[in-house]
Amino acid sequence: MPESVMPMLDKRRGDPPPDAVCAVGLRKSYGDKTVLDGIDLRIPAGSVFALLGPNGAGKTTAVKILSTLIRADGGQARVAGHDLAGSPGLVRAAIGVTGQFSAVDGLITGEENMLLMADLHHLPRRTGRRVTAELLERFDLVDAARKPAQSYSGGMRRRLDIAMTLVGSPRIIFLDEPTTGLDPRSRHAMWQIIRELVTDGVTVFLTTQYLDEADELADRIAVLNDGRIAAEGTADELKRIVPGGHVRLRFTDPEAYRAAADALREAGLPGLTGAQGGASGDEAPALRIPSDGSQRELRSLLDWLDAAGIEADELTVHTPDLDDVFFALTGSDDPAPAGPADRSAGPPPGSRSPFRPQPDSPSRSQETAR
Amino acid sequence: MSSLSLAARDSSTMLRRNLLHARRYPSLTLNLLLTPVMLLLLFVYVFGDVMSAGIGGGRADRSEYLAYLVPGILLLTVGGTTIGSAVSVASDMTEGIIARFRTMAIHRGSILVGHVVGSVLQCVASVALVGAVAVAIGFRATDATAVEWLLALGLLTLVSLALTWIAVGMGLASPNAEAASNNALPLMILPLLSSAFVPVDAMPGWFRPIAEHQPFTPAIETLRGLLLGTGIGSDGWAAVGWCLGLTVLGYLWSRSLFDRDPR
Repeated sequence: MPESVMPMLDKRRGDPPPDAVCAVGLRKSYGDKTVLDGIDLRIPAGSVFALLGPNGAGKTTAVKILSTLIRADGGQARVAGHDLAGSPGLVRAAIGVTGQFSAVDGLITGEENMLLMADLHHLPRRTGRRVTAELLERFDLVDAARKPAQSYSGGMRRRLDIAMTLVGSPRIIFLDEPTTGLDPRSRHAMWQIIRELVTDGVTVFLTTQYLDEADELADRIAVLNDGRIAAEGTADELKRIVPGGHVRLRFTDPEAYRAAADALREAGLPGLTGAQGGASGDEAPALRIPSDGSQRELRSLLDWLDAAGIEADELTVHTPDLDDVFFALTGSDDPAPAGPADRSAGPPPGSRSPFRPQPDSPSRSQETAR
Repeated sequence: MSSLSLAARDSSTMLRRNLLHARRYPSLTLNLLLTPVMLLLLFVYVFGDVMSAGIGGGRADRSEYLAYLVPGILLLTVGGTTIGSAVSVASDMTEGIIARFRTMAIHRGSILVGHVVGSVLQCVASVALVGAVAVAIGFRATDATAVEWLLALGLLTLVSLALTWIAVGMGLASPNAEAASNNALPLMILPLLSSAFVPVDAMPGWFRPIAEHQPFTPAIETLRGLLLGTGIGSDGWAAVGWCLGLTVLGYLWSRSLFDRDPR
């Protein structure tokens, strides 16, 4: 087996690690709708890379192109060292793909699905049976092995899907939204599976719309928005982009809120400026006070609140997280589906994220004609 | 592994998958068998006397009409079975597993070849079942030699292959199973407009060209000739020509549809 995984080296000190994926200027349009508008990616072998973006950002299209399912309109890419356009066969031999919509044959059993993969990877019969048994065991599918895959629950299908991907021992695995639609338990089980893949030295290319998932799993994260990479880096690097840390004071009584807001504005204390009203009308008014969340800052804040006679109904400390980055970069206050018709509409009721953007966050208009 | 043996190996894997589907879910194939069997029984037992009197010039002979009818019914069976192929290809293409196959280092054509070979085998099995019903109600082709039997089987297989490739193209061109079932309907309708039920000579003049210049009539006449000893004439070559032409056309059409990027 070719040793394609080398220890990660610092780029400045030695040879760069071999790239599992290297793409330059990938473009794709459907009709006059541009889905990918020139994206560049570089993923070192043996790392976990997350492509993060709202629905419709182009994540799945990027995976489809890099996994040879569809052709790009422009740009170049090498996957596992092979040119995507020139030798797709060699790329296919090195990758495994688990699509967003489960790529299992629902009409046959889980075990038959696995043996089908073994046959298509040209494993000897005995090896195929052994690999199938091992993977069914590893993914907790032994009891369901003889049942048709269409009777599986969402989590079981996803596990079978990944087990099938692993039959060919791919060096690079594409996981397109591996946890979308899974319940919390299945989601954590999937995270554990992905972590185990990495310890085997596999490169994982993962797309997700969940920020905590990218934070949890990925070495590097690229934020994809409207077909472009809005930012790329480690989770910590991305969090540094936006000053999202603050203390949030919530009031049930509008009078108390107004009094507190006035007091804050008058005080103008260092670190206590920038108070803002609640971002939307459907929740209790709240104030955000920039803070790094340290004990010292919190104490001085609390002392000041006491001195000013402000009593909030609820106080929460919010450290910068990828939500802040995400909303700042994507200029969207709504991570939920935004179809062509409702791009300009506000957040629908029941918007998933508890975090609202700060009103002064850069809000790029969604002028793109769809 | 050479590319040819790779192709053969992957195709046989895909064939096993399709046969597994057919065995697990036989209802689609069996439903399609109902139409030819019903038509056979209807035309023999209900219309049989009238039809045979009309064709034989006044003399009603049901068993003679049965002999006339069976070759057409067998080819209608092939046409009907390939509708099932169009439906199963169309519904298969909506499955995520096809996307997975496309990203694997396998012989690309094997997915379609698996469908086609599986469908041809199902056609042959269907013809055998409908043929058994025909024999059960009195059909005999005792005059046919072993060579003629083999040629008859070869012809049925060739027609199955040709119609299956066309049906696969129809399935690939359809967005879903329902559309495929509609698009493939001509495969069942064309035999009704052929010499399956009445001789072309007995049809109105304006209709004759339609019945004559379509693939089913020469195939039916050839099968009749092989099983019953009627004259084949140029129909044999016409049938083979139609089959080869449709096979090549259907293959090229299906390949170009399959090689398009999926949405």
